[in-house]
Amino acid sequence: MLLPGPLRGEAGGASRLSVAAAGTLGAVLDEVAAAHPRLARRIRDERGELRRYVNVYVDGEDCRHSGGLSTPVGDGAEVRVLPSVAGG
Amino acid sequence: MATLLAIGTAKGLFLASSADGRRSWEVSGPHFPMTGVYAVAVDTRRPTPRLLAGVTSSHFGPSVATSDDLGASWDEPDHAPVAFPADTDTTLERVWQLMPAGHDEPDVVWAGTQPSALFRSTDGGRSFELVRSLWDHPHRPEWDAGFGGQAVHTVLPHPRDPARLLVAMSTGGVYRSEDAGVSWAPANTGIRAYFLPDEWPEFGQCVHKVARDGVNPDRLYAQNHHGVYRSDDDGRTWSSIADGLPSDFGFTMVSHPARAGMVWTFPLEADSQRFPTDHRCRVFRSADAGGTWAPLSVGLPEGPFYPAVLRDAMCADDATPGGVYFGTRSGEVYASRDEGDTWSLVAAHLPDVLCVRAAVV
Repeated sequence: MLLPGPLRGEAGGASRLSVAAAGTLGAVLDEVAAAHPRLARRIRDERGELRRYVNVYVDGEDCRHSGGLSTPVGDGAEVRVLPSVAGG
Repeated sequence: MATLLAIGTAKGLFLASSADGRRSWEVSGPHFPMTGVYAVAVDTRRPTPRLLAGVTSSHFGPSVATSDDLGASWDEPDHAPVAFPADTDTTLERVWQLMPAGHDEPDVVWAGTQPSALFRSTDGGRSFELVRSLWDHPHRPEWDAGFGGQAVHTVLPHPRDPARLLVAMSTGGVYRSEDAGVSWAPANTGIRAYFLPDEWPEFGQCVHKVARDGVNPDRLYAQNHHGVYRSDDDGRTWSSIADGLPSDFGFTMVSHPARAGMVWTFPLEADSQRFPTDHRCRVFRSADAGGTWAPLSVGLPEGPFYPAVLRDAMCADDATPGGVYFGTRSGEVYASRDEGDTWSLVAAHLPDVLCVRAAVV
């Protein structure tokens, strides 16, 4: 899982996390939440939904177009978190 | 002793500190860059003052951070400090208000949020719990959102009676509790809602800010969406104190913490003309609980002036003589160390100022 600069401080400075969970994007994010809860709550709100201006790509595909948190994540997949173009 | 002025802006928190009796200020920041800081508090009840900041990232959501070293370092718990319980199926959008409770409850801090809800912390602001009684109030489905969103923006504990608490929201109006938040009743009698077909509803008013008198806690002052009011019975009834002001519109209302009947405000022309009255930078002060008002402008810009002052972008400190502060949407912050008689510039060219809070630390 690849993290953008603004979120790396919540993962001990790491730009890349290795995640054992597979199956769905939701399962990957759940594992990340267990290890890095402050990182996780910047990606998903308390309802578990992806924050509106956070985009997550699974192997280059925007998860919002591929099943959201149910998007399949296979072995070796790359999950990239990017802030969307927003703000002023 | 130093005075700390916390300045929440649309793009981070700035901290101004004065060690020379509020004559000069050293400004640091931005802390939490690129977050909207709608709420700050300086909690001086603790042996070491605690700063609290309600920050909202447009990307990464809202949070509350605390500092026990006057802003040199900040901390957040792992869990979300303010979050709606799962069964509400609701997402926190923003923390609008952080308010330490009275001295007899030194670990209690209240938070007012968007959407309109009240949260209570019993650990000094590290974690908060939803106050269910207000969330479950039967009026809640009828509370509407103003332009700024639907939020509880004002929380006023009673300094002598922990059971009494007042909140104000836009829209919805004022609600009171006399049983420590177990039950709530609307408290808007006398406050006009000109924008509704029934101009005198039980609730639904767009109250912009409420301040509690620093000496007589049953006396309250309110700036409404048009209308300036005073209550002498802890919010049960309200009467107009707008006579003597150049306009009854604005967002601010600040009381002197130690001088009975003294309040300050920054009037704007009208809902449809959100400019300072007469396009001049003037604070208005009353020393008789709103009976009369006087303009204050010594040291403030003299030329045409157009920026507004938002609801929490004005505050008083707890020094003697009392200090008063305000920040503008154009990023200037002004301070007075003599209850508003004279003013000086603390900072300029900041992002839009959303809130200010000051205290001797």
